[in-house]
Amino acid sequence: MTAAVIGFASADRASPRRRWLRRYALALGGGAVILFWFAAALFAPVISPFSPDFVDVANRLLAPSAAHWLGTDALGRDVLSRVLYGSRISLVAGFSVVLVSAVFGTVLGGIAAYARGRLEELLMRLTDLVLCFPPIILAMAIAAALGIGTTNTIIAMLVVWWPKYARLARSLVLVQRAQEYVEAAHVLGFGHPHILFRHVIPNAVGPLIVMVTLDLGNAILVFAGLSFLGLGVVPPTPEWGAMVAEGRELVQQWWVATFPGLAILSVVMAFNFVGDGIRDWLDPHARRR
Amino acid sequence: MLRYLISRVVTAFVMVLLATLVIFLIANTAPGDPALAQLGDLAASNPEFVKAFRAKWGLDLPLWERYFIFVKGLAHGDFGISIVSQRPVLDDIRDFAPATIELATIAFVLSIAIGIPLGILAAVRRDSWIDHSARFVSLIGVSAPTFWLAFIMLAVFYGMLEIAPGPGRVDPIAFLPPKVTGMLLIDCILAGDWATLHDAAAHLVLPATVLAAATLGLITRTTRAAMLESLSQDYVRVARAKGLVELRVVLGHALPNALIPVVTLGGLAYANLLTGAVMTETVFSWPGLGRYTFRSAVAVDFPAIMAITFIVAVVYIAINFLVDMSYALLDPRAVKR
Repeated sequence: MTAAVIGFASADRASPRRRWLRRYALALGGGAVILFWFAAALFAPVISPFSPDFVDVANRLLAPSAAHWLGTDALGRDVLSRVLYGSRISLVAGFSVVLVSAVFGTVLGGIAAYARGRLEELLMRLTDLVLCFPPIILAMAIAAALGIGTTNTIIAMLVVWWPKYARLARSLVLVQRAQEYVEAAHVLGFGHPHILFRHVIPNAVGPLIVMVTLDLGNAILVFAGLSFLGLGVVPPTPEWGAMVAEGRELVQQWWVATFPGLAILSVVMAFNFVGDGIRDWLDPHARRR
Repeated sequence: MLRYLISRVVTAFVMVLLATLVIFLIANTAPGDPALAQLGDLAASNPEFVKAFRAKWGLDLPLWERYFIFVKGLAHGDFGISIVSQRPVLDDIRDFAPATIELATIAFVLSIAIGIPLGILAAVRRDSWIDHSARFVSLIGVSAPTFWLAFIMLAVFYGMLEIAPGPGRVDPIAFLPPKVTGMLLIDCILAGDWATLHDAAAHLVLPATVLAAATLGLITRTTRAAMLESLSQDYVRVARAKGLVELRVVLGHALPNALIPVVTLGGLAYANLLTGAVMTETVFSWPGLGRYTFRSAVAVDFPAIMAITFIVAVVYIAINFLVDMSYALLDPRAVKR
């Protein structure tokens, strides 16, 4: 209790700008990390010291040095170059899984909440059905059925990923459609699709954006996990999860598995910070907590 | 309450039935001839086997009849023969499940025993160092890839410091107690084999910690948020105003109301532990369901994958059902909605 009071008082004494900075410091840091990985993904061919697939068996399993900042792996490939290239697949996989399932789930959930009745019942039971499987196991089964490959893994993840967005969108739209402005739009003679897509969904989009940001890290994590299990990318594609798998027996040559794992950790944490920041910013109620 | 119970049981049952349909459809989207895919190379080269297999699963029948046969098999406990082990899948699962249940239960107890007190402390001492470190720990737990955390733990505590035992359930030279439950800790106690018990417990420390990490983070965060919510309620103010000791206010008045979301999450978290075991068991060579799932998926062992997906889905549905029930007990208003 006393700690809370003191914390409150000191926060009040700080200038508004410093308070703002302190509140969003983590989110800004997270944003910087994400920007860094975006830059790495874009400019990987320019900034990588070596080609990610350049095999050099004579120089295998070298410890981090001036020539190889993060060392080399069991085939003598440069770990730094592979980590930089790895950001491409992780970001593409994370964004495509989350964005496609967010759009698909939102449309489905929005339609369900707006239509009510039989259609809602059908759509929501379908959602429940997918949700009754543990995501990773179901994704593993689908990935195994489709065969490995980046695209197939993304498809497998999409199948298990959209339902949470359908649920969230439905509950958000249910709240919105009870609002007066929806009735007003009806009275003005707008059609249902127009009201749903132009009025209701835009008003409900805040929590969705928060969920998307927090979810990006999660999707990157699961994709890396599937790759780690050998159900993701085809070797020798540089991918973080697959790189950890390649190095997991090498306890003495710790750098092979440690650095790609740190890359995953940094990007997932960054998305969590940014998501938390956006939530604080959109929801003044949560901000007090 | 009874009506609610019945409706939930019916829903759960329908879900299980629909789950079989989903699994069946996934297995049938697999490219290529299911007979060749499921029999494995050796058996598939023998026309007799292929014919028998096609007859058994009714592969020449229409899709819906095949589905009917599949469900009938499940109802009789026939999950098919694993391609890799060439044994009934159910026998495999029976052998591997205890190791996973043991690991997941210890990890669950660990994350509850640390997560709830940590969450309460973080809420009561908000913005103190304990709140910040709780936040940091839970963030690492949620953000770090399980498979990577497992590697780091092994590399540091086994490889470098040499204070933890390596992968596996016991030392390769250890004598195993007679198998009763399949859970080593319990079997050792039953047999009075204290040396192996000590060894098995030591082998559990690292994998259980890794497996608990993500759940611990979630439980800490949820407890903290729920406690902050209930600490700001009027009845807490009343309790303080009438002069109750702070400990009583926190544990007696605020905590019970904050527990509802934690219970919901706790149930789901246990189900997630069972699946999180895939990564942990793979790295720690833990002979459980997780590693079995991994090996089946990589070998495209369809009978095994289908059976595991089905069983895990049933466990998932059952846990959800129990969560709904405990929710109804903790908060009677939930039934009315």
